Amino acid sequence: MRYTKRSDTLGLLLALLVAAGCGGGEQRAAEEGAVGGETGAETMASVVDEATAATVAGSVMFVGTAPEATMIDMSEESVCADKYDAPKYSEEVVVSENGTLASVFVYVKEGLEDMTFPVPQEPVVLDQAGCWYTPRVFGLQVGQEMVIKNSDGILHNINAKPSINRGFNISQPVVMETKRTFRSPEVMIPLECDVHGWMQAYVGVLDHPYYSVTGAHGSFSLAPLPPGTYVIEAWHEVYGTQTQEVTVGEGEELEIAFSFGEPSA
Amino acid sequence: MSSIAAARVMAIGLTVLVLASEAATQDLERGQRLYDRWCAECHGVDGKGDGSAAAYMLPRPRDFTMGIYQIRTTPNGELPTDEDVERIIRVGMPGTAMPGWESKFNQGEIRDVVAYIKTFSRFFEQLGEPNPLAFGKPPRLTEEGLAEGRRFYREIECFKCHGDAGRGDGPSAPTLQDDLDFPARPADLTKNWTFNGGGTVDEIYRRLRTGLDGSPMPSFSDLIDSGFMTDEQLWHVAQYVRSLAPDDPPRVREVITATLVEAELPASPDDLLWDEIEPLYIPMVGQVIRQTRWFAPTVDGLWVRAAHNGEELALMITWHDPSRSPDPAWLEWQQWIAQSVYPFRETGGAERLPDRLTVQFPMSIPTGRERPYFLMGDSRRPVYLWQWISDPEEALEARATGLGSAQALAAGSRTLTWSSSWDQGEWRVQFRRRLATADSVNALQFLLGEAIPIAFFAWDGSNGESGTQMAISSWYAIHLQQPASSTVYLSPVAAMLATAALGFLVIWRAQRREEEERSS
Repeated sequence: MRYTKRSDTLGLLLALLVAAGCGGGEQRAAEEGAVGGETGAETMASVVDEATAATVAGSVMFVGTAPEATMIDMSEESVCADKYDAPKYSEEVVVSENGTLASVFVYVKEGLEDMTFPVPQEPVVLDQAGCWYTPRVFGLQVGQEMVIKNSDGILHNINAKPSINRGFNISQPVVMETKRTFRSPEVMIPLECDVHGWMQAYVGVLDHPYYSVTGAHGSFSLAPLPPGTYVIEAWHEVYGTQTQEVTVGEGEELEIAFSFGEPSA
Repeated sequence: MSSIAAARVMAIGLTVLVLASEAATQDLERGQRLYDRWCAECHGVDGKGDGSAAAYMLPRPRDFTMGIYQIRTTPNGELPTDEDVERIIRVGMPGTAMPGWESKFNQGEIRDVVAYIKTFSRFFEQLGEPNPLAFGKPPRLTEEGLAEGRRFYREIECFKCHGDAGRGDGPSAPTLQDDLDFPARPADLTKNWTFNGGGTVDEIYRRLRTGLDGSPMPSFSDLIDSGFMTDEQLWHVAQYVRSLAPDDPPRVREVITATLVEAELPASPDDLLWDEIEPLYIPMVGQVIRQTRWFAPTVDGLWVRAAHNGEELALMITWHDPSRSPDPAWLEWQQWIAQSVYPFRETGGAERLPDRLTVQFPMSIPTGRERPYFLMGDSRRPVYLWQWISDPEEALEARATGLGSAQALAAGSRTLTWSSSWDQGEWRVQFRRRLATADSVNALQFLLGEAIPIAFFAWDGSNGESGTQMAISSWYAIHLQQPASSTVYLSPVAAMLATAALGFLVIWRAQRREEEERSS
């Protein structure tokens, strides 16, 4: 739940943690130093200078007519159905009033190869409440803990179906938490519940903290980025991926936009 | 001297190294040769599970490139050990098209094939040898343990997929897909001889611990780690699941005996009289002889009970079908099945199809050995049918001279009565008819003491089955007990059966002991 409302700024927060780590003083900083310390020159690379750091931000637009959401039939699962006053609709394509597309995973695909980043100590929480995954689309760093939480207290199984990482399929028949990590970067890994076929989430696993998920306002922000040239990719579960190559100078705040949608009829 | 000795040692060392590496490459080459010859037709030359025969199989053959294996001794999501893969090649996977190769390959050959199979996935090189889990021993089987197992079966919601009675009819059953998005059936827990990883308590427990990777079946190990339940309680679940199936897999016999009863015949499938009559198991297979062939039948077996009272014959047939068709909850499943089995065919919207059962007899009792063609006869030898349908629920007598040619008998000639019920994934259909009827031309006249040919056809509408897309049996025989002879022959027959049963018990015990020893 923690990250659902702030998914736009998640990348920023994590990046700030990196920066904070360099200041030292806290235990976290010490650990981060240890992670970076293994690889000499790369440790230096992971120090992002706030003064010169750049920002790549923007929004994801939706063009055309959004497909109609289908109603989810939860009648087999009254525990979940009872949690909703109105029928629940599918959220594959969520277009907001300002014409932007939500649940797009925007991240730095290329350009950070020479840098290493510490593994955040704070886990990312995936909640199952009302037979629904929250968040639906989220990011995670390699080795960072993903806490899978069952708030419903009825049987969910979490079936992770990666192709680069190893998958898992675990059962949670009661209110409980399970922790898992991924070993390699992979965009994206589907997470599914076989008991409730409509439950679907995607996690993007990266070896750096520069990712952002568009929310209701369709905006994303990747910062603080060292000046340089990057390939930025936007991923959407229905519309696939788009990439842009960008170059940002010292302290630059670059605005870019992605645009997904239905081919006009 | 010392340098010569050192050189000698080095030379020997080098020779050993060369020999060892040669042996390794030879193994891989032999593994590939065997794989290409015997495995590739299903699993594909590149191990992608896309061999030429794969399209006809559900579940599909394993795709080795993903490094995902169902039956393992390693934790969920991990690679299998070599022994895990060797074991599957040796004994096969019940409930799938994978046969055991024990009689074809020796241990060394199996090891080579495993070495070759592992080259299809980068994971084996990347991750190294996996660590198998330590499995303990099952607790002693007790009534309390079974009750505990039953309690947890409900609590950890096994029934969501497998159904409350374990017949694979849980509410989630119609929505299940494997990792390749092919429809996946939850196991019918009452048929442990069809379990992919084997049907013993130990094997069931292992599946609960490891899950069946690549399928919707998850691992329950985290429940022990989190303290929600104990290892012993999970063993009890395994024991309870095992108790849902009979002690032994059903034996196939040729003759169904219609027991002579000195009373009114049952009025419905729920009549208590049926409990006293031993059922005969009839295995069913997909119809793959005539177009359109059918490779994915739901019904893999029927149980048949028969009784007569000298006036009438009653048949009670039960089988497992997770849906009472037509059921809108299964429409999507029906489409998945059609797309999986006939991927290149245009499939329109799924039709709402009923379940069906047909009992087939010859039109008259054959005098010689000749029986009608088993697929609904031909023009020379027509067949006489009892056709039951679930929607609208009714049964009719018919005559056929080949597949798709069935004609219902005229209303005046019909004397068949029927009664059917569906509960928790099981159909029970009872037929009753007078032994002799007015229309002896179009309806078989039953006689006592004869071996009357009988065969069965079954359709699951929710699986998209209709017409030639059905499950079929071969010819069996039904024998109506004669009043006098029954007592004369009963004791020798009973003695024979008892001897046979005792023999099987001894063999079964011995096999089980051997298996236990092997697994420990």
